[in-house]
Amino acid sequence: MLAGCSRSPTRAIPGELVGATAARGHRLRKADFPAAEQTEQHEIVIAGGGISGLAAARQLARNGRNDFVLLELEDHAGGNSSHGRNAVSAYPWGAHYVSLPSSEATEVTELYEELGLIVGRDSVGRPIYDEFALVTDPAERLFLHGRWQEGLIPKIGATDADLAEFAAFGTRVAELKSARGRDGRRAFAIPVDRSSRDEQFTALDGLTMSAWVEQQGWKSAQLRWHIDYACRDDFGGGIEQVSAWAGLHYFASRDGVAANAESDALLTWPEGNGWLAERLRAPVERNIRTGLVAWNIAPATTGGVVVDAYDFTRSASRRFLAQAALVCVPRHVAQRITAPLRVLPPAPVEYGTWAVANLTLDRRLTGAGFAPAWDNVFYDSRSLGYVTATHQRIERENGPTVITWYEALCDGSTAAIRQQAFERSHADWCALILADLRRVHPEIDDLVRRIDVCVWGHGMVRPVPGSIWTEARLRRAEPIGAIHFAHSDLSGISIFEEAYTRGVLAAHAITAQLHPA
Amino acid sequence: MSPLPERSQRLLLLASVFTIATCGLIYELIAGTLASYLLGDSVTQFSTIIGTYLFAMGIGSWLSRYVERNLLGTFIQTELLIGLIGGFSAALLFVLFGHVTSFRLILYALVLVIGTLVGLEIPLLLRILEGRLVFKDLVSKVFTLDYIGALLASLLFPLVLVPHLGLVRSAFFFGILNTLVGLAALWMLRAQVPWAHGHRWIGAAILAALVGGFAGSARILAWSEGATYADPVIHARSSPYQRIIVTRSGNDLRLYLNGNLQFSERDEYRYHEALVHPGLGRVPKRERILVLGGGDGLALREILKYADVREITLVDLDAEITQLFSTQDLLVRLNGGALRSPKVKVVNQDAFVWLKAQTEPFDFIVADFPDPSNFSVGKLYTTAFYREVRRVLSPEGAITVQSTSPFVARRAFWCVVHTLEAAGFATEPYHAYVPSFGEWGYVLASPRPLPPVTQLPEGLRFLNADTLAALFRFPPDMGEVPTEINRLNNQALVRTFEEEWKEYVH
Repeated sequence: MLAGCSRSPTRAIPGELVGATAARGHRLRKADFPAAEQTEQHEIVIAGGGISGLAAARQLARNGRNDFVLLELEDHAGGNSSHGRNAVSAYPWGAHYVSLPSSEATEVTELYEELGLIVGRDSVGRPIYDEFALVTDPAERLFLHGRWQEGLIPKIGATDADLAEFAAFGTRVAELKSARGRDGRRAFAIPVDRSSRDEQFTALDGLTMSAWVEQQGWKSAQLRWHIDYACRDDFGGGIEQVSAWAGLHYFASRDGVAANAESDALLTWPEGNGWLAERLRAPVERNIRTGLVAWNIAPATTGGVVVDAYDFTRSASRRFLAQAALVCVPRHVAQRITAPLRVLPPAPVEYGTWAVANLTLDRRLTGAGFAPAWDNVFYDSRSLGYVTATHQRIERENGPTVITWYEALCDGSTAAIRQQAFERSHADWCALILADLRRVHPEIDDLVRRIDVCVWGHGMVRPVPGSIWTEARLRRAEPIGAIHFAHSDLSGISIFEEAYTRGVLAAHAITAQLHPA
Repeated sequence: MSPLPERSQRLLLLASVFTIATCGLIYELIAGTLASYLLGDSVTQFSTIIGTYLFAMGIGSWLSRYVERNLLGTFIQTELLIGLIGGFSAALLFVLFGHVTSFRLILYALVLVIGTLVGLEIPLLLRILEGRLVFKDLVSKVFTLDYIGALLASLLFPLVLVPHLGLVRSAFFFGILNTLVGLAALWMLRAQVPWAHGHRWIGAAILAALVGGFAGSARILAWSEGATYADPVIHARSSPYQRIIVTRSGNDLRLYLNGNLQFSERDEYRYHEALVHPGLGRVPKRERILVLGGGDGLALREILKYADVREITLVDLDAEITQLFSTQDLLVRLNGGALRSPKVKVVNQDAFVWLKAQTEPFDFIVADFPDPSNFSVGKLYTTAFYREVRRVLSPEGAITVQSTSPFVARRAFWCVVHTLEAAGFATEPYHAYVPSFGEWGYVLASPRPLPPVTQLPEGLRFLNADTLAALFRFPPDMGEVPTEINRLNNQALVRTFEEEWKEYVH
């Protein structure tokens, strides 16, 4: 794997392994927290400051419920949408973009209107998006056979048979995009729970995406690559791991329209979805307590909820008495900290491990063939390529840049992968990342100034077959008394829209529960 | 192997006289041609190059008296050195031109070195052959061959070498011949040459380098640009953004950016009168003017013809350009010193970034950007950009946008028109004939329709009431066609522009 390293520099590359708060999270396993010394009272406590927690907090405030606290383990809220910044650019530590909201995503559409991302509507009611937030052309390029081509459908060296299968796949996806089940709902919707429950579609959750492709009789290696790439990019699992329902959901759910963009347009910012997270966070900043982890959430004997949280800066626990609690953490964490869930067997929820690196470079990476794009993907690699954080800049670029390199570590057993990923040093990661980039950009060693790496042990829920259309998943989202739940895990796929909508809906449910109209 | 018989040795040495003579004159001709090519004024260049070269040969001949021992070794070393330096001379001069400030110094130093080495050759050979021929025969043979070689060179150079091989490859070719002469002499007289083995290796290495240079000369040329321009280059510099070349022949100054012609002195007034007056002559108020791009100051020159203009802000990314056009005499004469006018404020910043930060409205704006041939320039022709323009344009004001050729890139031209309309402007597309460009297109755009009357300043050479009216009429082959709207997220213009120009060029 490191064969291309013969000219790798001996100099150590500056940078660090960030997201080291994994240790804080692991403390939950030991559950050796001291008893609470102080008690405070609030109407609502939110545990977890990822997108679902922030969305719920913002919505509670908009509902006029301002007496709440949000407890966040890290020093900064944002979860998978957190970001960093250096002298060159802001850059994401997780998701880099959102797509145009699809027809069912009403809450998300409203949010984009409130944030000014939708600046108006045309005469037929289609939203007009802020042109500066739409991914600037050229959006995507793919490196194969020694050259860059535009788009992520491999075209260089594609045979007629390959192209015919791509066309057939395109037709099938187009059909599924508008297909509706007997319940009148679209086959694939965002949020997931607004999809049709018609069995002709939900049955697709019983097989892998790979099995489905084989069922169609498609053999093109390029088509398989394309679908596998999409699965790894969106779900952190390969074509053999991801359920066909999820795989097709990626291609067929996004039916958003715009007056000034194509349906497949994306919205992005230098800091990726950190831009959205910051806008959710800002209005509720005063309600957020960072460095605090909730380790016990239980129904109070007197009614309401008790939340015990450990304060890492003070090394002491604190008790919160509330009328309701909202648990916005991954399922495996929720099962440790929520008393009524501790008695249940561990939910069979699988998480993919991710490596995200931000590289600061002297200038943008070019190469033979098509021009540098926002998303730059390598055909012969298990990495997902890189996204250029400075791509959205309006000025003529010839200065330094930051690129975000991604890999969904999905080949092998999840536990072994996770352990191996955490054992790697900063230098190990640099060698691995540069070896990947060097095959495409031999000049990388001369340009790289800094590499910061983040390993997400439980990066995102992986929609393996049978994980989405089960009663168990739907039941997990239901409140237990005054304890509510919101997290993208509960949807089975980890995207901004799922987390955001769950947060908003939970905020409404709590508001309604505490203050029946 | 035994050494060659005496007769063969003699013949070979005489043959080398012939080759040497040819090579020597060729280097001289190459240097002279190259100098007049790159620096212009061929009479002066040739005269001074030939003078320097002959003088240097004199130095070489004089120096030959100090070679007392190892005549043969020195001769072989001289041959190898001439091969190396002469062979690489043209490539070196082409590549260095424009990258160094004192190009002439390098040129003459090179001529001096080659001339000196060539001057050493004949005296050394005469002395090597001294004992092998009767003196009168020796002198007669050597000089006859020398002059015949010179004749051959002078005929070969213009008829065969320049047209078929080009300067760079010719130099490499003769460098190879020189080196072969050295190696042949080494081979036949190896018994008499000390350290023959080492010489052979050095000779082989030089030969390999020259052959490599010969084979790769196309790449070397692509890398340099002296050969790209038809006229003598009088200024060449790289800024962080582009390669700036100014050429001049007779009374025609031309500016090239990254190899693309920006203007020719002969007809630039047509381009710039058409860029400025149809719009500026129409707006009711013209106190605060903005020029985006146009760092050559030629649009400024036209704008300054209106007495009521109070202040002009010129925003050009490249400080090298504005610097050049406010200091270089010929260029300052051309733009009438417009960049030094007290009414003009120069800002060297990215136009989009600068514009986003502005709040005070302008009465008239000129957008004179390079053609949308790449994604970064393409951003300056998008709805997003034009909305920013609209924000800083007074309601009665107008903007004129240079919009490539409606003849060559018809869809691209109308794409600019439609994009301005999508950004909320009323448009009046027009075009002008600029001989060095061909048919050229502009779009006059304003938030509200403009009053019909145009007040042209005095002293224009291209525009009058008649020609002005004609500009706004489009023949059918440049007429309106449906196009996409150019946005940051589709860069439709860059894609269209590229397609249309590619078709036209091939």
